[in-house]
Amino acid sequence: MQKNVLLELKSEKVLTNLKDSVRTDGRKLDEYRKISIEKGIYQNAEGSAKVTLGDTEVIAGVKLLPGKPYPDSPNEGTISVGTELIPLASPFFESGPPSTDSIELSRVVDRGIRESKAVDFKKLCITEGELVFIGFVDIYAINFDGNLFDASAIAAIAALDQAKIPKIEDEKTVKDEFSGKLKLERKPILSTFAKIGNFLVLDPDLLEETAMQARFSVATTEDNFVSAFQKGLPGSIKKEDVDSAIDTAFKAAKEIRKML
Amino acid sequence: MTKEEKKVYVNKKGLRLDGRKIDELRPLTIKAGVLKNAKGSCYLTWGQNKVLVSVQGPREVLPKHHSDPLKAIVKFNYRMAAFSVPDRKNPKPGRRDIEISKVCGEALEKAIMLEKFPNTQIEVWAQVLDSNAGSRVAVLTAASVALADAGIPMKDLVTAVAVGRAGGKIILDLNKEEEDAPDAVDMPIALMTSAKEIVLLQMDGLFSKTEWDEAYELAAKALEQIKEKQVQALKEQFLQESMETETKEKIKAEVQ
Repeated sequence: MQKNVLLELKSEKVLTNLKDSVRTDGRKLDEYRKISIEKGIYQNAEGSAKVTLGDTEVIAGVKLLPGKPYPDSPNEGTISVGTELIPLASPFFESGPPSTDSIELSRVVDRGIRESKAVDFKKLCITEGELVFIGFVDIYAINFDGNLFDASAIAAIAALDQAKIPKIEDEKTVKDEFSGKLKLERKPILSTFAKIGNFLVLDPDLLEETAMQARFSVATTEDNFVSAFQKGLPGSIKKEDVDSAIDTAFKAAKEIRKML
Repeated sequence: MTKEEKKVYVNKKGLRLDGRKIDELRPLTIKAGVLKNAKGSCYLTWGQNKVLVSVQGPREVLPKHHSDPLKAIVKFNYRMAAFSVPDRKNPKPGRRDIEISKVCGEALEKAIMLEKFPNTQIEVWAQVLDSNAGSRVAVLTAASVALADAGIPMKDLVTAVAVGRAGGKIILDLNKEEEDAPDAVDMPIALMTSAKEIVLLQMDGLFSKTEWDEAYELAAKALEQIKEKQVQALKEQFLQESMETETKEKIKAEVQ
């Protein structure tokens, strides 16, 4: 991502403000920006969603395509998550092959769904050992104002939830016919924090992201599990930061899950 | 499938599939200064894992526009040899390699005194030669030894380990069989142990909050042991280097 000098200068104020216990946009430390989730917005996708987090806007679409299962799990389908940070979304994004930032983002969203067992891969099996569904979740940033991690993870879950399962005939999908809907086993919600000085703030906007030394994400599920951690950037965090992040994440996720 | 579920990951005696206790590391050896052409290097074996890390720089940044006028940048390259996994690994770096390179590089950046070398890059080349779960923590542990061997000033060594769960028990340093348990959780963690600063933390699976606490304590204890081995490796290398210089000087004096 390109650097922006003006943003960097402005971001110096973020920490000074935090020391006076205010966030630059007036939020509390553990408060999300305004969230909206819209589902089923694109007809050609089996499932789709648009998520806004303040001025950050992300869309996700799911395509379920028949494919071969992995030899070590013949009765399980799989998913594949891709995120595109296209220049349309921000003057800081460049075109070309996926950047390391977008690869990390894709993999965190992918693991968040896969490892929390949000999707029962066995339900994506068509014929054991021969044909399974592969769920391609493609996420596009539309407007970037910080915290693409949470926006993308929520969009992916929202798009997968209730996605239509195509009807299969002769190992091919039948156009516009569906055999049912995908039911999620659980809905993990990713909550990302920025470590700025000694402060840990939830859902950083672009200005706060410019000021942060470290980024820390926690995914939580409705059955009281922590299903993923990801620490990023060169700064460090402490055990206590992780503890308080977990508590905040559980509370925040409950509210977001209601909106799904 | 049902066979998998019946596996006993920790038996009644508290021993694991490979005979280890729950808080026992696989055998770990670290040797610094193993590569002639590198500024600093390290060979580390950790159970079946075998990794080789070299460090180059600080040197000119290429491409030039990546350079930072205030500090050095770290380029971490995690690569797996084609024969280092049961199937053949495509040597082209995939998404996993790129993500591991990113998080490991970021973990080291906190430790290195980057501001001493503005406009330069420090390169870490990590090659996994053989693997069996935990290669990223092996590579990161080796990389900080290689950086110290290269004489690059650091605030502390970075020490890494993986903890997790298999068969309902929180265990240290999972091997592949344990990592594939139906209820497996894998949590690689790296600390600068002196100030207990977490520089790398990832986790996948379903953990309760108390399990996280337990896992952290288990990791923190093990990291002290691992760090001792890192320091030991550096001391041995320093001793050997100074002995070699002494002999060289002696020979020189005799010739003259």
